Amino acid sequence: MNLSRRTRVGAVLATAATIALIATGCSAGGSSSGDQKVTLTLATFNNFGYTDALLASYHKAHPNITIVQKVAKTSDDAQTNLFTKLAAGNGLSDIEAVDGDWMPKVRQYPQLFTDLASADNKGRYAAYKTAGGTAGTKLIGLGTDVGPEAICYRADLFKAAGLPSDPAAVSKLLTGDWSNYYKVGAQFEAAKTGAAWFDSAGATFQGLANQYKNFFEKDDGTTVATTNPDVKSAFDSVLAASATQSAHLQEWTDDWAGGMAGGKFATMLCPPWMMGVIQGDSPKVTDWNIANAFPNGGGNWGGSYLLVPTQGKHAAEAKAFVDWLTAPDQQISAFKTAGNFPSQLAAYKSSALTGATNAFFSNAPIGTLFTDRAKAFADTGVIPFKGIKYGAIMGAVQNGLTRVEQGQQSAADSWTQVVSDIKALS
Amino acid sequence: MTTSSLPTAPAAASERSPRRIAFSSRLSRWDLKLSPYLYISPFFILFALVGLFPLVYTGYIALLKFDPILHTGTFVGFDNFVWVFQQRQFWIALRNTLTIFLLSAVPQIVVALAIAAVLDSNLKAKTFWRMGVLLPYIVMPVAVALIFSKLFSDNYGLVNHLLSFIGIAPIHWHTDTIPAQIAIATMVNFRWTGYNALILLAGMQAIPRDLYEQASIDGAGRFRRFFSITIPQLRPTLIFVIITATIGGLQIFDEPQLYDTGGLAGGSNQQWLTLTVYLHNVGWFQDGSFGRAAAVAWLLFLLIVLIGLINLAVTRRISNNENRRTS
Repeated sequence: MNLSRRTRVGAVLATAATIALIATGCSAGGSSSGDQKVTLTLATFNNFGYTDALLASYHKAHPNITIVQKVAKTSDDAQTNLFTKLAAGNGLSDIEAVDGDWMPKVRQYPQLFTDLASADNKGRYAAYKTAGGTAGTKLIGLGTDVGPEAICYRADLFKAAGLPSDPAAVSKLLTGDWSNYYKVGAQFEAAKTGAAWFDSAGATFQGLANQYKNFFEKDDGTTVATTNPDVKSAFDSVLAASATQSAHLQEWTDDWAGGMAGGKFATMLCPPWMMGVIQGDSPKVTDWNIANAFPNGGGNWGGSYLLVPTQGKHAAEAKAFVDWLTAPDQQISAFKTAGNFPSQLAAYKSSALTGATNAFFSNAPIGTLFTDRAKAFADTGVIPFKGIKYGAIMGAVQNGLTRVEQGQQSAADSWTQVVSDIKALS
Repeated sequence: MTTSSLPTAPAAASERSPRRIAFSSRLSRWDLKLSPYLYISPFFILFALVGLFPLVYTGYIALLKFDPILHTGTFVGFDNFVWVFQQRQFWIALRNTLTIFLLSAVPQIVVALAIAAVLDSNLKAKTFWRMGVLLPYIVMPVAVALIFSKLFSDNYGLVNHLLSFIGIAPIHWHTDTIPAQIAIATMVNFRWTGYNALILLAGMQAIPRDLYEQASIDGAGRFRRFFSITIPQLRPTLIFVIITATIGGLQIFDEPQLYDTGGLAGGSNQQWLTLTVYLHNVGWFQDGSFGRAAAVAWLLFLLIVLIGLINLAVTRRISNNENRRTS
């Protein structure tokens, strides 16, 4: 067993080394001069909506530049890949996509990334998006998308519970604070349709967590998660609702996907990129719709950046390409492909965006709808601070919520364990 | 070859060209003395590069607070080890590693022995059966993990569905500790049982057939022959299989890492957090804690050495006893 395990690791290493060699080999081909043939590698994850046709159109406009996209399956895979190769000092793509949630860890190393600031891209984004991509005085990441949250719901289940089911009425019904959301949930549960109101405590907690400025960490990075009363009350209130209103299906599990297809829950918190996930997991369901509402006004979940590591050989070309790829037209194209909502302010004024609808979600006017949600988030004036431990703390709290939903622990015991797990992170 | 050429060289010839003969004989002597080392050196050079160096370097990093990106660290002595020993999750991971190891290694070797014994008997289409046993080994462990984690889904999994036919209530494969570990051990067993069976089969085929003939004449039945001849004769092969199963079993990573895609790997209450997964979590998902991860890695290494030695002693004793009984 040992021998073959070693050889397997060896094979993985060899593959990694080959890929690294290919990557460096490709990028060693030319300097920054304009006429040489250059191949730029672009590393993304999940679905950024960058179709081959979109990338080919850049090649058409710049015949000497060819774009090759590498897609990692999940954000976690991309994270491991990025840090491993940053540590190795080579092997990264010319352009790397970074998730907003682990961008703080990347921001610790501004010296390893090219400054992307230029006269062109000044003031293109909302302030929080620019802040997320800035390390010290250096703009190391250009924003791709943002995740203004709405609520996706099953019209058939609403109807079965005797609730209004058309989007305008549901939006009105769900506009309010979290207690309103749970109150409607109680009405829904009272009708005993057999389905739950929302998918899981963990997913709902995500929505709450993204509505506070210093939820887990202070601006200087010190952890306050265990002492912040907001965290404890969010933990308790979500679990209180979860006892009667949750399907207890932890996000991203196979059971969660199965529950989505099987109509086990009626609503879920829904950033635009979630539309693609829902469609992928429940392709046969025709009753999904989107409400133009979110508890407590607005929230933002997710959104990524494109970075140019200095270990690449074509910084100038990569910078120009990233500028193009994050421009409004390309962002709108990605939105239409994968639902990644544009982060550039100018894109919101484009008729190509405002006219967009989604056939799978009962022809919901997703363009105007998510523009409204983005505005609602901006109106809250809250820009959540996410420090380097954000992801790890969120993981500990999510595990705590799951333990209670799985019936392993009481809420109080689970919270005690959450506190000790968070303390272990220091 | 070199030694036989020496006495045949006549004295007169050595007077005429003494240097040539002296040189060639020196060359022969070097050949005799150094060549063997040269021939075995590739293994040791490779081992030093990919085995020894990482081991020592990990030990060095375990003494630092280390930033893996900038390759900078400050010396903290044994603080990382002290920290690791204080972690609740470390001890849970240690417990899980041992239970998953027992749940996988023991049935694996017992079943592998049985399969090998069957394959060793007179079967038709031998090669077909032998290849069939190896098939699961060809499948990527990642693919195995993904498929099995679907089969073992709590609500929509095939396993629970099948269990419902025979009246067994759904088992919480992801919530409860022991079922989760059994599910992971199943993946490991699926992959490695056939592989071990083939190695044991090779060992069995090397056992002289006349031993069995004599035993049959003496009236020993099939089982008596298996326990009194096959098992004792298999001793070296068994030791190899058990030791490698130990090393692999204590290091399992793919299966628990991919058993659930939500959250930090290992389960909401660390139901199937193994030491390697814990090491990975500490190293990548906590800030600047490569030193702590390195400390976990060294502790894992020491654990494997310890269990390996215990295994060796136990296996030796068992098969020695068997030998004494048969002789």
